[in-house]
Amino acid sequence: MLQAFIPLLVDGLANAAVIFFVAVGLTLVFSVLHILNVAHGSFYAIGAYVAVSLSLWLLAAGLPPVLTFPALLLSAAAVAALFGPLIERTFLRWTYGKPEAVQILVTFAIFLILEDLQRLVFGVQSFYQDTPMQLLGSITIGGIMYLNYQLLLIVLAIVVLVGLRILINNSRMGKLMVAVVTDREVAQTLGVRTDRVFMIAFTIGVFLAALGGALASPTSGVAPGLGAETMVLAFAVAAIGGLGQIEGAALAAVIVGVARALAIYFVPELDVVVPYLVMLLVLLVRPYGLFGRVQARRV
Amino acid sequence: MRILPTLLFLAIVAALPIAVPWLQFVFTLALAHGLAALGVALLLRAGLISLGHATYYALGAYAAAFLSRSVGVTDFFVLIAGGILVAAAAGVLIGLFMVRYRSIFFGMLNLAVSMILFAFLAKFYGLTGGTDGIRVSTPTVFGAAFDRKTFGDVLFYSLLVIIALVTFGVTRYLRSPMGEALSAVHTNEVRLEYLGISVNRVLLSAYTLSAALAGLGGAIGGIAIGHVVPEMAYWTGSGHLVLVAVLGGIGGVLGPLIGSVFLELVHTLAAGYASDVWNLIVGVTLLFVIFFLPQGLYGLPARLFGRKEAAK
Repeated sequence: MLQAFIPLLVDGLANAAVIFFVAVGLTLVFSVLHILNVAHGSFYAIGAYVAVSLSLWLLAAGLPPVLTFPALLLSAAAVAALFGPLIERTFLRWTYGKPEAVQILVTFAIFLILEDLQRLVFGVQSFYQDTPMQLLGSITIGGIMYLNYQLLLIVLAIVVLVGLRILINNSRMGKLMVAVVTDREVAQTLGVRTDRVFMIAFTIGVFLAALGGALASPTSGVAPGLGAETMVLAFAVAAIGGLGQIEGAALAAVIVGVARALAIYFVPELDVVVPYLVMLLVLLVRPYGLFGRVQARRV
Repeated sequence: MRILPTLLFLAIVAALPIAVPWLQFVFTLALAHGLAALGVALLLRAGLISLGHATYYALGAYAAAFLSRSVGVTDFFVLIAGGILVAAAAGVLIGLFMVRYRSIFFGMLNLAVSMILFAFLAKFYGLTGGTDGIRVSTPTVFGAAFDRKTFGDVLFYSLLVIIALVTFGVTRYLRSPMGEALSAVHTNEVRLEYLGISVNRVLLSAYTLSAALAGLGGAIGGIAIGHVVPEMAYWTGSGHLVLVAVLGGIGGVLGPLIGSVFLELVHTLAAGYASDVWNLIVGVTLLFVIFFLPQGLYGLPARLFGRKEAAK
């Protein structure tokens, strides 16, 4: 009986890894910019589109298939470099200090624009390109077969979690971020260039979302509507963990990922509902999420 | 309520379809959406942004569809009343929890509820028709049966009367102590409590009213299309309701209705040659309104003629 649960657990954790990339980006942006970015899911979808297109192009050009791995990373970086500074500098910076409704609507408008841009550039068909997953093959432990790619996702998620923590605690930029989150005005008075901190934090957020999309594309492909779907999922996970809480997002992603894997196995109808049910239950008991404080101020 | 703008608005909306008949259906849907957006606008007055009011729109629509299919109710006004009642009842129950939350958390909890409803409507095929939805047959009006075309006329002009009654009612509500307290929640919630007014009760009444308005809009929308689908509860629908409210302006009761009619008009005009970029157009329009017309379209005349206070 227990044998049956381990593959489920691995499935759930691999799923959690992908959700974590997106949710942690959302939570990071919220904690620094205080903006709930509704367009966040779009970056996930765009990351996936770019990764699939780039991989297909690589293979069509006759280049070695192993190059699809750096292609995944490169796609995410390209999406972040293009959209991060552009959107933060052109639109978001005018909304700092404005009412939440305005901020949310501005990002909703960006979401709508990005939806159509995706359709114009990539069309309405779905794409699927699983070379990276095929290359890694599978491993058999205790008579059960696991996809190595799924294990890689889990490892990468842990690397990103630790990496973010180190970045925030030990790097200069991380310390500046903490300073800005703690007190924007005082940080500015002390000479911190807050606009740059905002831009960098937002770009990191975009990168994480695009990375999630790029890494998920070999397992699940990409189709229209992916951005909207991912958005609500990332919302739920970030809210469960406590908005602005990096470790909270990780724990929430694990809970949601594993719960979904169990739901798919036992009650498939509930698959879509699980994240929101967990979110309702958690927020009813702890209104600010698992790790949230009454005033979520920590990065 | 300024009687004149409302009458003017209703007269324009009533007159245009006489010249251009196909506009009638467009306006019917736009006004149905506008009612739901008006509900969202009420909460925005209190500084609460609901990212889940598609819940009540869908509940109103499905309630009408169920009454028609399973209970066998055929009367138009009974169907609508059913939609309002179901949405309002859900609004009270869910509102009891929601009024404890503010800002982002209020928005996200509403979102969670709407996504649960969406999944429920989409997955439980036996009960809700799944992703196929439910067909709503053409209702009768006070026992008289019409063909689809004539019913469209009856629906449209009944809707205009309903809008007139709703704008009157909501304006009265906003001028009542409960309604005045609603804006005060946004300004200073603690002060309101010191005055001995229960903020939770103020918000609960507003939440219930907004759910009822969304239910009314949903029931009319479902009947007008003749079909209800789970997508009515999807989160992008909720986003659109907020969008319409802000586009039209939340300062006046008429704002969301104007916003909805305006958006639907542009949508119809754009459908011919720019349907691929429709969302893009909406997005850009919204950004323009937010950055350059903070009071929405409703505030536009006042802005043009330099009477800022008139937009309040």
